[in-house]
Amino acid sequence: MVATDKQPEYKVLGTRPIRPDGVDKVTGRAQYGADVRLPGMVYGTVLRSPHAHARIKSIDTSKAEKLPGVLAVITGANMPIAESKDVEAGEEVANYRDDSNRVMAHDKAGFKGQPVAAVAALDMNTALEAAKLIAVDYEVLRPAINVDEAMASDAPIILEYLVGDHLGEDVPNTNIAKHARHIFGDVDAGFKEASVVVEREFQLSTVHQGYIEPQNATAFWNNDGQLTIWTSTQGAFWVRTSVAGILMVPTSHIKVVPMEIGGGFGGKIGVYLEPLAALLSKKCGRPVKMQMDRKSVFEATGPAPAGKVKVKVGVDAKGKITAATADVRYEAGAFPGASIGPAAGCIFAPYKVENTYIDTYDVVVNKSKSAAYRAPGAPQVAFAMESLVDEIAEKLGMDPLEFRLLNASQEGDRRADGPKFPRIGNIEVLQAAQASPHWQSKLEHNPSNGKLRGRGIASGFWFNGGMKSSVNINVTTDGTVTLVEGSTDIGGSRASISMQAAEVLGLRMEDVHAYVADTNSVGYNDVTGGSRTTNTSGLAAYNAAQKVVTTMTARAAKLWDVKVEELQFEDGAFSSKSDPELKLTFKELATKLDQTGGPVGETGSAVGVSGAGGFGTHIVDVEVDPETGKVDVLRYTSVQDAGKAIHPSYVEGQMQGGAAQGIGWALNEEYVMSGDGAMENATFLDYRMPTAYDLPMIEAIIVEVPNPFHPFGVRGVGETPIVPALAAVANAVHDATGARFPQLPIKPGRILESLAAKNGS
Amino acid sequence: MVQDATVKTHVKTTINGELVEFLVEPYRSLLEALRDVLGMTGTKEGCNDGNCGACTVNLDGRIVDSCLVLAAEVNGKQLNTIEGMATPEGLHPLQQTFLEEAALQCGICTPGFLVAAKALLEKEPHPSEDSIRFWLAGNLCRCTGYDKIVRAVQKAAETPSKGSK
Amino acid sequence: MAVVFIPTILRKFAGGRTTVQVEAATVGEVIDKLEQEYPGIRERLVNPDEEDRLRPGLATFVDGETSTEGLRRKLTPNAEVHFLPAIGGGAV
Repeated sequence: MVATDKQPEYKVLGTRPIRPDGVDKVTGRAQYGADVRLPGMVYGTVLRSPHAHARIKSIDTSKAEKLPGVLAVITGANMPIAESKDVEAGEEVANYRDDSNRVMAHDKAGFKGQPVAAVAALDMNTALEAAKLIAVDYEVLRPAINVDEAMASDAPIILEYLVGDHLGEDVPNTNIAKHARHIFGDVDAGFKEASVVVEREFQLSTVHQGYIEPQNATAFWNNDGQLTIWTSTQGAFWVRTSVAGILMVPTSHIKVVPMEIGGGFGGKIGVYLEPLAALLSKKCGRPVKMQMDRKSVFEATGPAPAGKVKVKVGVDAKGKITAATADVRYEAGAFPGASIGPAAGCIFAPYKVENTYIDTYDVVVNKSKSAAYRAPGAPQVAFAMESLVDEIAEKLGMDPLEFRLLNASQEGDRRADGPKFPRIGNIEVLQAAQASPHWQSKLEHNPSNGKLRGRGIASGFWFNGGMKSSVNINVTTDGTVTLVEGSTDIGGSRASISMQAAEVLGLRMEDVHAYVADTNSVGYNDVTGGSRTTNTSGLAAYNAAQKVVTTMTARAAKLWDVKVEELQFEDGAFSSKSDPELKLTFKELATKLDQTGGPVGETGSAVGVSGAGGFGTHIVDVEVDPETGKVDVLRYTSVQDAGKAIHPSYVEGQMQGGAAQGIGWALNEEYVMSGDGAMENATFLDYRMPTAYDLPMIEAIIVEVPNPFHPFGVRGVGETPIVPALAAVANAVHDATGARFPQLPIKPGRILESLAAKNGS
Repeated sequence: MVQDATVKTHVKTTINGELVEFLVEPYRSLLEALRDVLGMTGTKEGCNDGNCGACTVNLDGRIVDSCLVLAAEVNGKQLNTIEGMATPEGLHPLQQTFLEEAALQCGICTPGFLVAAKALLEKEPHPSEDSIRFWLAGNLCRCTGYDKIVRAVQKAAETPSKGSK
Repeated sequence: MAVVFIPTILRKFAGGRTTVQVEAATVGEVIDKLEQEYPGIRERLVNPDEEDRLRPGLATFVDGETSTEGLRRKLTPNAEVHFLPAIGGGAV
């Protein structure tokens, strides 16, 4: 840990207790969505479009409905026409009409795998057989499966009702849902001052979050109109809002029970099965359980957008960046909403640049709608910019880390999308990377085994989300507390939230019993995501704990018959400032609550402040086999500013997990698409994610530059870890082979081609 | 009334040391039988085609993907699942070290990893890092990057056995 | 005087200007004053269905911090105000 400010002495923060939900998870007792079992439960499945782009002329469900064991069949006709209303949804802006079409096609299929019908039956086999009996009459249309095809003048229009926002003008009949622009300063003047100008275009394929648990949902629509949904989600309250909007029922009629979640990374914010399970349940009067199969997860959930990023950067003779431009085009999928906004905020974030010009395009294509994937929109542009910076540093003969230090953004500098940075840790992270054993070690570029070794470095940035959280703390008579919260625990947040409450209350983490509750049992909580949970749900817990202290201080005053102002709470005990005889620990006072006014429970709410984000710098050593093109990752170091690491093990876990995903994105992962819009590698065998055998230990160096907007200095850490990884790996492969790789993934075939071209064969 | 066209198979097997009998359609996998017929949901489904290891169980001393085994095949065999790793006396050393080393984040892959790692330590009590990574290459984890999982296995390998199952 | 940064695509409403100085106590007043000088800019910033809210997907940054108070957000005397897409990734 590298702490920059003098830290207060904390009792609990910074320690590594065992997480409260740990025993259930290592014994298999923890209940995930697919583990739900209810009396009378039946099973649902989805029939999906085999075509990437087709008009649905008719659907005949009669044969399916007659199959013994089938209880309900639904199509788009069973769904209301939802409002076309934009709503903020965790990490995205969602539109109810788009979402309604997305979860069940109405008159058109916009991607292969889009649901066109759903069946509920007594057992799964019957449901699957019934789905085969549903006859759909399609008029197959020409698809547009990437940005170029969708932006071409003769492109088929995918969403006929879409009105594009092109630089503020409404434009119908287009696949470009949004064209935004960000300009600061004067890039023409900036480029004139440059002595070196480099421009490159980069290309990325669609990749998936790769969570191991497929989407699931169980729904029961009761006779009293109350709908209960059990689901693995990053945000139970968003599920409630979304289902209410799609099915046009009041939110007060819906209760969402968040089950444990087997990974999300942004991909389990949007609903997929929930509205369908609900409608099936309404029709048959039974609880309906649905689960996606792995192929459907690949084809029909929300991967990260593929795209093209063109970057141009100018530097003066001293190596200072004078101007930078970018053209970013992302595949939104069949409905608008690729993360082009964050792309603009992140692309040049590690650098002080006064002259910037960025065009971004959100382009509808015939693929499943993209969703957030860990720092949505940032890894792609960071790949481009950090590769370009590496090229420039090389041209100038400058050490790439020194180049970054020379140009490093700091407090008061402006992001390319406008806001000034508050206190940030970019420079501290770079310095820690420079001082790291990895960077200080020598790499043998041409080892005796005949392979090629190289080292790469890259930086990256992500914001930390704020949004809203709410918790309840109740004091138990034995002096422990229960903490009821609404943040699904994906990565240890029960621990990090409890620890913040424990710190305030002078308790151990083990004395704070955290419980993730349903939407009827706790106040509103935005999603677990956006690098906001430890920060903002922690802040809510902090606020609740402060209120508990205030209330209990008043109780102590009552007990001792003194004025509240005479008392203090320190080191877990209430005492009189003037009379040392008057002292009770939290536990002791807790046993006397019934004598002083009854139970003590407080609600804490927080609206997190988003503004200070987290920087990361990654260093990677690779070894390339010149005969096979295989890349082995020999050594990896991730350096990141966490503000304050509440539970360092789980901060390290985020850093290591993000690095692994980034390595996969850089070297192997991609959607292999056929010309007619089908994914050809929709299994874990062929969509190749890193295994334990592909990776080395990943060193995580935590830097702590406190976040000015949080009482403990916490910065969000969940998303930054993936951002630098793509370019760090690409730059390392360049250092090993001499070739540049502007297209991801850097798979063995591409490496062999590059080596062959270099060697003139 | 549902017309039942399938004759179910009668399976008698030993699961975690206990004799268990159940009826199951001949076409269903062991994974489905464990989760849906027996209610033993500790074994997880990630892909249902043998590529992620979340459904790992120990069949007659060999770790297998239960999604690739027919339920009927375990008749007369010894099956060990995640539910059998801890005892009333305590957690298996691997379960303990996974907690201490924070070797899980979302936890969905954890049962599969624990069953697989247990089989490794039974075969090779002090495996090298390379052996551990190779043995566990059939278990996918998307959250941790594997670093802490490997460390947890290494730590458990150093723990003297308490004689748990 | 608050310094308001005009989003790039709305600068055409403001005569091409990047920044405008506005005397205002809240974000809402800023927008009112902008609309007086540059008619048409308001409907780009404010929610068509709920006039006391920003457009969905739009956030304000005041002195580097976001807020959910939207139009009610009070400004310090020399505040710097930005209107930005509500950032995917959760930073609203």
